[in-house]
Amino acid sequence: MSILEYNGAAIIAMAGKNCVGIAADTRLGVQAQTVACDFKKVFKMGDKLFVGLAGLASDVQTLDQLLTFRKNLYELKEEREMKPKVFSAMLSSILYEKRFGPYFAEPVVAGLDDDGKPFLSAMDLIGAPVYTDDFVVSGTCTGNLYGMCETLYKPDLEPDDLFETLAQALLASVDRDALSGWGGVVHIITKEGVTSRELKGRQD
Amino acid sequence: MIILPNIEGDSAYSFSLTTFSRTGKLLQIEYALNAVSNGRLSLGIATSDGVVIATDKKVSSPLIDVDNVGKISEIEKGMGFVYSGLGPDARVVVRDARKKAKSYKLMYGEEKTVTEVVKSTASLMQQYTQSGGVRPFGCSILAAGLDENNTPLLYQVDPSGVFMGWRATAIGKGYVSAKGFLEKRWNEDMGIEDGIHTALLTMREGFEGEITGKNIEVGVLRKDTGEFKVLTEEEVQDYLNESS
Repeated sequence: MSILEYNGAAIIAMAGKNCVGIAADTRLGVQAQTVACDFKKVFKMGDKLFVGLAGLASDVQTLDQLLTFRKNLYELKEEREMKPKVFSAMLSSILYEKRFGPYFAEPVVAGLDDDGKPFLSAMDLIGAPVYTDDFVVSGTCTGNLYGMCETLYKPDLEPDDLFETLAQALLASVDRDALSGWGGVVHIITKEGVTSRELKGRQD
Repeated sequence: MIILPNIEGDSAYSFSLTTFSRTGKLLQIEYALNAVSNGRLSLGIATSDGVVIATDKKVSSPLIDVDNVGKISEIEKGMGFVYSGLGPDARVVVRDARKKAKSYKLMYGEEKTVTEVVKSTASLMQQYTQSGGVRPFGCSILAAGLDENNTPLLYQVDPSGVFMGWRATAIGKGYVSAKGFLEKRWNEDMGIEDGIHTALLTMREGFEGEITGKNIEVGVLRKDTGEFKVLTEEEVQDYLNESS
């Protein structure tokens, strides 16, 4: 079994009309044994920037701390906000710097850029990036997540519809994965602000 | 018996040469600034649609091949440095700036802004005033670039590590009168072409001998293309003919 599947995760980021959403499950397990149902996998990096980290729980928390540190340092130095594009490039570099002893996490970046357009990217554990303009997924049930996103996604969704799509896609996907689920969280990012909702989900 | 003259070895010599005098001055830095003001004149002008930097590249002997003398260097796309003072010292600064600009691009996926390049160049120069076994740089730098909103910027960096932004300024031999001249000529809404002519006019003022495309060098950063270019000898000569 891969170390990336040790704790379990399911993360989706999706673009809407002048908004983006990011959703994740909240399970922390040790292989098949569930340890916690309130584990944080999506981190707020800025007013309009989120990162989701799927993989080994310890590396998820270490990366969150490292990214927060590097982003704060950048913003103090350059006296400006870090754009999602720059954040994604930096994350990719940070991961590739550890090419032969990587952080065991596969990130998803979701944010709004300067002119309010959605930005989505995902990468593997050594930072090979992929940029999309519809949706990206990561975790232990990517097959399920892709299937649900491909059927439910429609272009230019309004924030409320985007929330519904994300929540349904996530909940349906984790039902068929033993390593993720047990509740979820959805963040919808618009120019006006961020709306975060918790999902109950099946507890079995 | 052999008595070692210095049991501490190299460490006795590893203190900084730049030590405060009793009056609170750092003499080595003042001497470095003297090296700059003995160097050939360089100047820069920031206009609404670009930046021009120019320098005197007169050489000490007519036998020197001036085609191989270049005092203006591109750091990255849309950014240029010119120096006054010691050429070899400036080369170290330019190499460091280029390397840091490229590694910034590698890390963040976008070009380093001129402000950030200037900050790191200034901190390099500061380090050379406080480290052991080194001396301060014998050169000042004028940096031309654009910020993230495409606003043309001109910076000056001194051997002390001080950096500041300017609308127009000059460094090197005769910089005081050149700055006085620029103060009278610069205005808010001058364009890049006006800037180039003003730069050449200022260079001509107090120039020893006849000014030609061979003995001065001009670098132009245009806002519309976002590119920095060092003008050829012929292009400089054309600008000179236009204004005379």
